[in-house]
Amino acid sequence: MPIQVLMPALSPTMEKGNLAKWLKKEGETIKSGDVIAEIETDKATMEVEATDEGTLGKILIPEGTADVAVNTPIATILADGESAADLAKTPAPAQKAAESAPPAAAKAEAAAPKAAPAPQAVAEPDPEVPAGTEMITQTIREALRDAMAEEMRRDADVFVMGEEVAEYQGAYKVTQGLLQEFGAKRVIDTPITEHGFAGVGVGAAMTGLKPIVEFMTFNFAMQAIDQIINSAAKTLYMSGGQMGCSIVFRGPNGAAARVAAQHSQDYSAWYSNVPGLKVVAPFSAADYKGLLKAAIRDPNPVIFLENEVLYGHTGEVPKLDDFVIPIGKARIVRSGSHVSIISWSNGMTYALKAADELAKEGIEAEVIDLRTLRPMDTETIINSVKKTGRAVTVEEGWAQSGVGAEIAARIMENAFDYLDAPVTRVSGKDVPMPYAANLEKLALPSAAEVVEAAKAVCYR
Amino acid sequence: MAAPKKAAASTPQDKTDGGSPPEFTREQELKALRDMLLIRRFEEKAGQLYGMGAIGGFCHLYIGQEAVVVGMQMALKQGDQVITGYRDHGHMLATGMDANGVMAELTGRRGGYSKGKGGSMHMFSKEKHFYGGHGIVGAQVSLGTGLAFANHYRGNDNVSVTYFGDGAANQGQVYESFNMAELWKLPVIFVIENNRYAMGTSVSRASAQQDFSKRGASFNIPGKQVDGMDVRAVKAAGDEAAAWCRAGKGPFILEMQTYRYRGHSMSDPAKYRTREEVEKVRHDQDPIEQVRNRLLAAKVSEADLKAIDAEVRDIVNASADFAQHDPEPDAAELWTDVYR
Repeated sequence: MPIQVLMPALSPTMEKGNLAKWLKKEGETIKSGDVIAEIETDKATMEVEATDEGTLGKILIPEGTADVAVNTPIATILADGESAADLAKTPAPAQKAAESAPPAAAKAEAAAPKAAPAPQAVAEPDPEVPAGTEMITQTIREALRDAMAEEMRRDADVFVMGEEVAEYQGAYKVTQGLLQEFGAKRVIDTPITEHGFAGVGVGAAMTGLKPIVEFMTFNFAMQAIDQIINSAAKTLYMSGGQMGCSIVFRGPNGAAARVAAQHSQDYSAWYSNVPGLKVVAPFSAADYKGLLKAAIRDPNPVIFLENEVLYGHTGEVPKLDDFVIPIGKARIVRSGSHVSIISWSNGMTYALKAADELAKEGIEAEVIDLRTLRPMDTETIINSVKKTGRAVTVEEGWAQSGVGAEIAARIMENAFDYLDAPVTRVSGKDVPMPYAANLEKLALPSAAEVVEAAKAVCYR
Repeated sequence: MAAPKKAAASTPQDKTDGGSPPEFTREQELKALRDMLLIRRFEEKAGQLYGMGAIGGFCHLYIGQEAVVVGMQMALKQGDQVITGYRDHGHMLATGMDANGVMAELTGRRGGYSKGKGGSMHMFSKEKHFYGGHGIVGAQVSLGTGLAFANHYRGNDNVSVTYFGDGAANQGQVYESFNMAELWKLPVIFVIENNRYAMGTSVSRASAQQDFSKRGASFNIPGKQVDGMDVRAVKAAGDEAAAWCRAGKGPFILEMQTYRYRGHSMSDPAKYRTREEVEKVRHDQDPIEQVRNRLLAAKVSEADLKAIDAEVRDIVNASADFAQHDPEPDAAELWTDVYR
């Protein structure tokens, strides 16, 4: 029976890619290990090697096709003795895909809603964007890159350092093209030495330079957390205001997909606990850009928490010469009067999906994207809760001592009399992140849990 | 626990490479004497104030190690940066920071360098290029490497002098920093102040390689052992290291073999070494007495030396007076300087 070649995933979070080139023609003999095609995503290019031997029977996806979903059959390979006539025997693609890679298929299904462009604030554009501004569609990855490039053009004291930021073009391709434009002096590949290079960045910042320190993920920044907190966050205070530190620590935070416990932690609560730090965790492409620019200009140390799952998501970004979103302001992404759903970063994915579901049942949720965790925009939260009388927080991190707990406390302190129900938290489950696809899905919050919580506080 | 590898560490001088250091001019001798005396008298006074309860928390005195910072400072030029750990009062005075401001910080008063919010271990002076004053052992090594990174980035010829102790030399980030410093040829002098005890643990009980000048060997960083009790030897080594850095050759390690007379901090039971050991170093190698004796041999009068003593005592007494009478910080200061 002919063998199907499926669109491979280059990374745990890849959902689709482009079939750039076929290197074998139909009818050509293929040995195991032969490179048969090239595929690419916005992150990387990769060669597809044959894992089976035979003859390339039929190319199902022509070269140049964009956005081919992972696990789509892209070609068939005929085994010895088979001919083109056998192609008809090929099993149904979906069935085969499910057989060959069940976890990936399950994940693709689970992640399917995320593949759509990240929901944007259509109803309430940021007040800082003038009406009539041209919008460009770009990925969050591109928005981050543009933010850094613009600030580096603007200020020679800004530089980027981290693992694989330069020649490799970024482990997640966020720094793509920066080396070419700014050179090795300002785009600096470091050894794998988080503690050390975080300290080097802080030391450089104490002299007035403005480093952007990229962590390949914030999980690795635990090695560096002493420098981030004891040196970066506290020095201004300990020096009586003499010596501060304008520095951005950025990189992906929280769960990606199937990378298990040591690569999936959400540090929102950790960093937002610390006075002296500002903590930013945006969701939309425009916010990623505008807030990163603000973070780079900020004279204080800023923790800029990104999300790997969101990197490839696209959104509308205002085409302005200087699009800077102030740190510390939440945004009401969706207005509603029945319940306030408060989230940030990828938690917004669940929040917005839940709001759609709730609307179908007649519950109008007000969805707030905090965007900044420290300083927290308590006012926006409280005003919303005074209107709705009910609140649900959504976070991928753990509940205990989490950001949701903090929000609940602030609501209780400031709007106790307005509450019609206890504030409810939807969070990551109180376990290290499991690897198995089904368990991972269970460990993370879901839109269904948000819907359930919202209905519960509405006594529905 | 494994037995100590060596019964007792040898005296600092024994380990230094041979040959006498270049002689100082009379002016240099007098300046070294004055600057070392200022540190010693200041630290003695700080110890007294601590005993009286005027200084709280931790207080780590530099007595015995004065030649290291004073000699190094004589090798530096305007713009060079200094950073160190928590035994930092001597470094601050050596960089020219005002004794009143340092002492008032120790007593937690508003006139202190950090407005009373930093204390003994956390003081800074942008004006004097002193970058702290860091309480986490070894953290200043990465930070100091970052200061050198900034010099390199800006293309100036300043050098970062990054001090740390024999104890900090066992921290991982020290080697992360060594690697980057040599990889990027950063102008940093790593001054390892080997005072033979990391708190109460002797070098022989904590360090597999006790020759700290070799700690950069696997990164190809040159290193030198220096008699840290002889201010002339320190200055000569500092000159050599600074020239190396300014020539763009990257970092340089100086192991300063020195000794602290006092405890690790004020609450040190001193059970880990004998009184005789301390007395022997103090008698045979005291950095201040060495200079004083050379000056007397060179026919400088006792009266001239006493004048220096008196000047230093006046400065220290004035600082103690200021530090005890300056008001505490205003309560509103609690909330300032968290962000700018």
